Amino acid sequence: MLLLIPLLPLIGFLINASFGRRLSKSASGLVACAVMVLSFAISVAAVARLVQLPPDARVIDQTAFTWFSSGQLSVDLTMRLDPLSSVMILVVTGIGSLIHVYSTAYMHEETDAEYARYFSYLNLFAAFMLVLVLGSNFLVMFVGWEGVGLCSYLLIGFWYQKKSAADAGKKAFIVNRIGDWGFVLGVLLIFTRFGTLDFQKVAVAVSQLGPEQTFGTLSIITLLLFVGATGKSAQIPLFVWLPDAMEGPTPVSALIHAATMVTAGVYMIGRNAVLFGHAPMTLEIVAVIGTATALMAGTIGLVQNDIKKVLAYSTVSQLGYMFLAMGVGAYAAGIFHLFTHAFFKALLFLGSGAVIHALAGEQDMRKMGGLKKDLPLTYWTFVIGAIAIAGIPPFAGFYSKDEILFSAFSEGHTLLWAVGLLTALLTAVYMFRLVFMTFHGPSHAAHAENPSSHSNPSNHLHDAPPAMAVALIVLAIGSITAGWLGWGGRFQRFLEPSFVAGAGSVRPDVADASLETTLMVVSVVVAAAGIGIAAYFFLKNRAAADRLANTFSGVHRVLDQKYYVDEIYDAAVVQPIEIVSEDGLWKGVDVNVIDRTVNGVGHAIGGTAEVLRLFQSGSVRAYAASLFLGAVLVLGYYLWR
Amino acid sequence: MPTLNDYLILSAILFAIGTAGVFVRRNLITILLSIEIMLNAVNLSFVAFGRSLGSADGQVIVFFVITVAAAEAAVGLAIVIGLFRHRESLNPDSFTSLKW
Repeated sequence: MLLLIPLLPLIGFLINASFGRRLSKSASGLVACAVMVLSFAISVAAVARLVQLPPDARVIDQTAFTWFSSGQLSVDLTMRLDPLSSVMILVVTGIGSLIHVYSTAYMHEETDAEYARYFSYLNLFAAFMLVLVLGSNFLVMFVGWEGVGLCSYLLIGFWYQKKSAADAGKKAFIVNRIGDWGFVLGVLLIFTRFGTLDFQKVAVAVSQLGPEQTFGTLSIITLLLFVGATGKSAQIPLFVWLPDAMEGPTPVSALIHAATMVTAGVYMIGRNAVLFGHAPMTLEIVAVIGTATALMAGTIGLVQNDIKKVLAYSTVSQLGYMFLAMGVGAYAAGIFHLFTHAFFKALLFLGSGAVIHALAGEQDMRKMGGLKKDLPLTYWTFVIGAIAIAGIPPFAGFYSKDEILFSAFSEGHTLLWAVGLLTALLTAVYMFRLVFMTFHGPSHAAHAENPSSHSNPSNHLHDAPPAMAVALIVLAIGSITAGWLGWGGRFQRFLEPSFVAGAGSVRPDVADASLETTLMVVSVVVAAAGIGIAAYFFLKNRAAADRLANTFSGVHRVLDQKYYVDEIYDAAVVQPIEIVSEDGLWKGVDVNVIDRTVNGVGHAIGGTAEVLRLFQSGSVRAYAASLFLGAVLVLGYYLWR
Repeated sequence: MPTLNDYLILSAILFAIGTAGVFVRRNLITILLSIEIMLNAVNLSFVAFGRSLGSADGQVIVFFVITVAAAEAAVGLAIVIGLFRHRESLNPDSFTSLKW
């Protein structure tokens, strides 16, 4: 049964990839959505069966076949369902289905072939993502890991005729490659150290050891794995690809670059919680990097004007939160935030997609404004998403974010908590800045600016069509209610068995109720303050915002230019490589050494042949003479030696 | 009775005559004949050595040489005829290129 979950989207991919050209849009859309919904239904059934089991025995394995076996390494293609992967498959298939349905409307202007191509990629992505989260060992996970990277590349560059989209796809792929390099090295090291790649066996082997106090093998392994996570989950220093990835279609941004693929790094750390738990130094690094990323991306998000860029930086920032949770050992809280974030971030992306769709591809928030009246459904769902991410109870984001901040504080990372709180403030500010700039205030757009490129017959703003509306409404409900699952720590207790090796040894609940309440109030106040700040600057007094930007023009410029990270990488990595490649390797080594060697060999052979051909006169008697002479010489040598 | 040395001297003289013939004559058939003389010079020294050592090996080898020489002569003369048909000439200096 578990095998069917990734297999169904794969079948959808095969159908759309092979016959998509000949299928009508509704047919290929139907196939793609049907396999996802079916996969979701099976996932729900599987999880329902899992929940029947007693908490300590909640593992369902299904082995398809032995993938390969060589020496002491034997790798099975095994799907494993446990609490952690059950959360992931529900997110991937559930939100994935909604986004598939949404896409049927969003991509409607593509030709039949392009439409089928889009859905085949989307199905393929879902299949790989499910392999990633269901795989029971590092190699099967790696198949999914690489597969989602491929689909991300294909979908970012979906409009490949646009150079910026093609470039963004390449950037995402190459940056991910750097992370994958670390991941592979980590996996190899795990094999040499433990002789197995199965998650559970590794966890059991690790739990025999004590926590590593000095910087040793476990720390190196976990650090390498974390390098992989920074690539896939867009953390410092490898986050640069995610904002550019917004060149892809918006539903893709929602599915891959907000809800599922970018959380793979968080999932991977959660999956190896025992391993990471035995490397406290790595965990420290994970927490610090996560927090730094959250703050950095949050500040950049404050000043961006592209609606999708704001959401992209917001995603990076929220992923930073998840890594903070992982780093302080609050794995359940991190996964909980992953779960709630999937709802409200997908909702926000899809909402922004509805806006972009209505405005014929316009993404600049400065040209929007006053859309509240024309797009009521989009507006209200979007506001729900924004409140959820800002962290106002009883919306989803509040519970998970609060859980993370509380964990950070109670584990003694006060500084990280403070930065996290500051980031929460920034989150509320940039998110409501987006809401106010887009939906409130005066209408800036001559709304059908670009009617020719958009088949909008009535030539006026239209709210989300039914397929999009359904997705928005369901996700909005999820954004409100998803957090309630965590009420009283139920979600955390459900997940806990996934983070320990074997049975038992669940961490005792150290929650200090009064402290928790205090921190909760603080974070709600901070979130409300953030909304207030955004309301003041972008609703009541827009001029004040511009004044502020002018007063601190230096800061504003640095933020607007994203801390010049791209430029720094360009100067520090890309340019040196280009210079070394061009002047050193090409004009130096290739032209002067390799070409000269090859040509030199040719010339030498030619020259030798010029001399040797003199001997080939064609005269039989000359040959006979030289033969005779040679025989005489050899004989003479032996006679007179 | 002639000694082994006498036979070897005769063989050397015959071989020298054959070699000189190969070098100086300009007729392919004569050259083939000279090669035959060289072969027979060697044959002579083989039987002479065989006789002097009291072994039949030398004579056995001579039989082989005669057989191969017959085959060689057949092939060689066939080639000479083929060449003559092309060039109306038996001078080896007219045949200096591999194809024409």
